Amino acid sequence: MKAVTGNRLTDGAVVYLADDDQWTVQLSRAVRIGDNDALDALSAAQTRVHEIADAYLIDIAENGAPGGRARIRESIRRAGPTVRPDLARQQETAA
Amino acid sequence: MYRYDEFDATMVAERVRQFRGQVERRLSGDLSEEEFKPLRLMNGLYLQLHAYMLRVAIPYGTLSSAQMRALAEAARKYDKGYAHFTTRQNLQYNWPALVDVPDLLDDLAKVEMHAIQTSGNCIRNVTSDQYAGAAEGEVEDPRIWCEVIRQWSTFHPEFSFLPRKFKIAVTASDHDRAAIKVHDIGLRLHKNDQGEAGFEVIVGGGLGRTPYIGHTIREFLPKRHLLSYLEAILRVYNLQGRRDNAYKARIKILVNATGGDDFAGLVEEEWSKIDKKEIDLPAEEIARIEDYFAPPAFEALSADSEAFEQKRKEDQAFDRWARLNTHAHKAPGYAIVNISLKPISGIPGDATDKEMDAVAAIAEQYSFDEVRVTHEQNLVLPHVRKDNLYTVYKALDAAGLATANIGLVSDIIACPGLDYCSLANTRSIPIAQRISERFADLGQQEDIGELKIKISGCINACGHHHVGHIGILGVDKKGEEFYQITLGGSGAEDASIGEIAGRGLSSDEVVDAVEKLVEFYRQHRQGGERFLDAYRRLGADKFKEALYAAA
Ligand code: SF4
Repeated sequence: MKAVTGNRLTDGAVVYLADDDQWTVQLSRAVRIGDNDALDALSAAQTRVHEIADAYLIDIAENGAPGGRARIRESIRRAGPTVRPDLARQQETAA
Repeated sequence: MYRYDEFDATMVAERVRQFRGQVERRLSGDLSEEEFKPLRLMNGLYLQLHAYMLRVAIPYGTLSSAQMRALAEAARKYDKGYAHFTTRQNLQYNWPALVDVPDLLDDLAKVEMHAIQTSGNCIRNVTSDQYAGAAEGEVEDPRIWCEVIRQWSTFHPEFSFLPRKFKIAVTASDHDRAAIKVHDIGLRLHKNDQGEAGFEVIVGGGLGRTPYIGHTIREFLPKRHLLSYLEAILRVYNLQGRRDNAYKARIKILVNATGGDDFAGLVEEEWSKIDKKEIDLPAEEIARIEDYFAPPAFEALSADSEAFEQKRKEDQAFDRWARLNTHAHKAPGYAIVNISLKPISGIPGDATDKEMDAVAAIAEQYSFDEVRVTHEQNLVLPHVRKDNLYTVYKALDAAGLATANIGLVSDIIACPGLDYCSLANTRSIPIAQRISERFADLGQQEDIGELKIKISGCINACGHHHVGHIGILGVDKKGEEFYQITLGGSGAEDASIGEIAGRGLSSDEVVDAVEKLVEFYRQHRQGGERFLDAYRRLGADKFKEALYAAA
């Protein structure tokens, strides 16, 4: 499965595309897209230039965490710098 | 210290105003990211993993207390209360919001700071010896020439779109603290047999994917011709440097493909065609810039300070700090103080707003209002009276800034790596933290002696791993973090590129590996030999064997 991610234009914060077509900071709320539909979803997201700085696809593992080759990078994007646990993003609080 | 003249101030203000307009157009969607990206990069604004990153220029690493305070204030107001000093004597904010960046830049402009020439294929912020104007034995203050180059290169129309970025470093001491041999151009001010000062010109050094030590293309260039000669080098590069392949576009590739001597010939030929009077600064202008760097009003003191010696006897920790973190000053009765930004378990080069404020206050009171940033990601108080060293030490200690480890195993250079950087393969900072924890004992560190560990999270080598006595490079192996060790590099006057030791190590193995290398060195060193000297004497094979020997 894939998800669409990007950095929010105004502040660069990591965001994911949610089911309601809004951007969310919580990966758990990201819409999971089958591999076949992923490119279409990405193209649609990339037209939203006044919301995000860039958008790309990431792999999502069975357990909902980032998967594939970029899993370490995407886990760090999701949670914040590993060397600053004090700045960790609150993952699962309600939006 | 150099003060911006009116021309500079207008230029910076105009630039911020322009950028504010560009940001507004981006936010409204009038500009796409593709259109906006080159504009933000020209203003030092990158997009990293978690947020935007703003790189602020600190010309030749020199800051006044007011500037340091403004940097601290911006860290509080626009960031998360800290900032990162880089290997190019710059400062990076990790979390500014795009909407705030124009205000941030306006605040910095009030203290004559900006983010110009911190990105893009132009002549970047010129770096220098952090002990400039203070070091014993220096020919003259190299920052005079950094400033000459800064004024000439800022927005130079001919050199704003070079094949690739271009980095210049200047030093005026025999001991190279500015890594001039691994810059696009390194300049070493020295005296010839007639006692005149001039530059050794070194071209084509660099790190990254294809590391090279620079070639000396001229042993002695009279000072007054610096700009016309640099212009000749840049012209040859601008015409002949490759633009078809970003990996082959740096001047080092051109110099090494052409051959050092032939490249020197091309430069001399170009130089002979240049109307030097057009480009070289008139003597009055050089004198005007020299005045900005006139030494502060040092008092006439005796070389030794009784108070200082007395405190050293009373306080062992102070004595160690004085031994490791201070350096000889050219003025009798003064010392240069290094402030380590590498506390055990700390993040190399990071400083909080409070720490920056503390340094600003101490500099104001005890170091003629001056602070320096080093390419090794530390800070320096260049001019402290020996009589005041104990007070300064106590003040630094109270701010958590008195770690006595300059040049030692825990004084590690580490780039931001995968914790922040969008180009990274692996993290760098946690490796530095774990190595410093392993060698936390300061007595043991001092016994090991000078040992430069440098860590980069990818081949771009911002952490200078190629020139580490022990270099550590992060590589991606099927989605896992792996680290390749290089040995025997040096970025100083005895510059060399480290050799790859062998197979990559997992992040669990890498700290043990460093310990094995250090142990081997301790067993086999002779006399006062440093790690690097022992490595050069014994050869790579012995160290590799020690590194990969089954535990
Ligand atoms: S060396 Fe690589 S990972 Fe480290 S800061 Fe530079 S580009 Fe980023």
